[in-house]
Amino acid sequence: MSALVVRAGRVAVRMERRAVVTAAALTVVACGLALLGLCQGATWYTPGEVLAALTGRGGGTLVITEWRMPRVCAALVFGAALGVAGAVFQNLTRNALGSPDIIGLDAGSYTGALAVITLVGGTSLQLALGSVAGGLAAAGVVYALSVKSGLSGMRLIVVGIAVNAMLTALNGWIVLRAELEVAIAATGWSAGSLNGLDWDEVALPFALIGVLLALLGVLSHAVHQAALGDELAVTSGVDLRRLRLLLVLVGVGCTAVVTSAAGPIVFVALAAPQIGRRLAGSAGVPFVPAALTGAVLLLAADLAAQTLLAPVALPVGVVTTAIGGAYLIWLLIKEAKKP
Amino acid sequence: MTARLTARDLTLAYGDRVVSTKLTVDVPDGAFTAIVGPNACGKSTLLRSFVRLLQPVSGVVHFDGQDVTAYRPKSLARRLGFLPQTATAPEAIAVQHLVARGRYPHQTFLSTWSDADEAATSAAMAAAGVADLAHRPVESLSGGQRQRVWVAMVLAQETPYLLLDEPTTYLDITHQYQLLSLLSRLRDEGRTVITVLHDINQAARYADHLIALRDGAIAAEGPPSEILTPALIDAVFDLPCRIIPDPHTHTPLIIPTL
Repeated sequence: MSALVVRAGRVAVRMERRAVVTAAALTVVACGLALLGLCQGATWYTPGEVLAALTGRGGGTLVITEWRMPRVCAALVFGAALGVAGAVFQNLTRNALGSPDIIGLDAGSYTGALAVITLVGGTSLQLALGSVAGGLAAAGVVYALSVKSGLSGMRLIVVGIAVNAMLTALNGWIVLRAELEVAIAATGWSAGSLNGLDWDEVALPFALIGVLLALLGVLSHAVHQAALGDELAVTSGVDLRRLRLLLVLVGVGCTAVVTSAAGPIVFVALAAPQIGRRLAGSAGVPFVPAALTGAVLLLAADLAAQTLLAPVALPVGVVTTAIGGAYLIWLLIKEAKKP
Repeated sequence: MTARLTARDLTLAYGDRVVSTKLTVDVPDGAFTAIVGPNACGKSTLLRSFVRLLQPVSGVVHFDGQDVTAYRPKSLARRLGFLPQTATAPEAIAVQHLVARGRYPHQTFLSTWSDADEAATSAAMAAAGVADLAHRPVESLSGGQRQRVWVAMVLAQETPYLLLDEPTTYLDITHQYQLLSLLSRLRDEGRTVITVLHDINQAARYADHLIALRDGAIAAEGPPSEILTPALIDAVFDLPCRIIPDPHTHTPLIIPTL
């Protein structure tokens, strides 16, 4: 496998050629889907009209830049965040099933967000904080219940699935007890939906995800080194304990921020890292392909959600659940066959 | 004898299982030190405590007068290089990329690849004799080649101290001696080598300094020609033997008389 060394002043980075090609190809697909997402809707605009609107000319400017654009951007950014969150936890647990949506972190984030809505009403910052707190609490519970067998291993996954089921039940109970308006909002949101998102609602989640991805970028070299195994990672200078703690923070943070804005959108975090890994042909579960694949998956799922039963717009979570459920069954059977 | 790496009153344990109590060791600087002893006598455990893979229950390991646990991770990794008994390469990685991973403690967030990294990686591959394998996938190599690649990776770390845990275990006899000769060449070039060895005759032949462990305690330490006696071998390994000078190297040669 050949490597490229890219230099810009003092910054020098080595990359695998195939990973670079894969990343470029996924970016092109994402841009194509984004353009399609801006074109389609109640009224069809041609790509030419869309491009004109993006530069501030033409008739559809309001519809395209204020209605469709936030949604398309949200699909891309949230998809990337979910893909990264999945890759982070699959790396930590060394298991393709060790994804935040399977081990209860989405459900925990949602519990946190629901608690904030029912108790204090909730600005988007409060929602995000509540989600992060809920996600971290769920991660703490899963970790505490499976710590004996270590972070990796099937026990953590099984415990996570159980925690997920309990939290989902708890979430149902909270919604039932909540006041009617809250309950209606929460129910629509519980499937995971990008319907009706506008710039004001996505600005803070975008900023938070940006910070978390930047932190991950700083950590990526250490993550790469940690693939040598714990012993060599430590003796070549990786602070493993700090690294793992920060990774959990990034993973839970990404999951929770997306959940606070769009509800628990499941299966993107599960599937994107594995698809990205196969496309990039790399060892371990790399972050960049996971992020790009996540962006493409969520945007494609959202486009499908809007068109399948048009004019009724499905929550995107319904589509990801339908596709991802089949994938999960296949993965469970494959994992169960392992000795 | 000067020592930059020292252990004082080390008590080492895995959970409830205590391996060593109150162990005190000085590792001579610039020498080839071999740690020998029967299975499960605490050889690897001691080595792991030097590179803080194992936190002592009590006692302290110092390098240059500073507690090794007080070093920043990369700072210690520029001083002490370690090769574990079994290391697994990431899938599909090429030799040169694996060796390049040894440069990690010299790299920063902004510069993950410098000319110094390039030079050190090439030099390490040349020293370990794997330069012609640079582009090969690690998994396609034989056991002997692979072990030399791992040694190259630790060499690329450019540490004055090299610690190796049974580096000859999975090698055939030729590769064992080639590796030990490489290690003594590195010692000649000024590095300090500390290695756990299974074969007492190899240890006697290559080491300047022996540390013989039995049940987690030091049975004897010093130059092989001074400390190796039939009584010591019997005490450490429960093996009756004669000791004669090796006809080729004139180092002590243990002949079991069981």
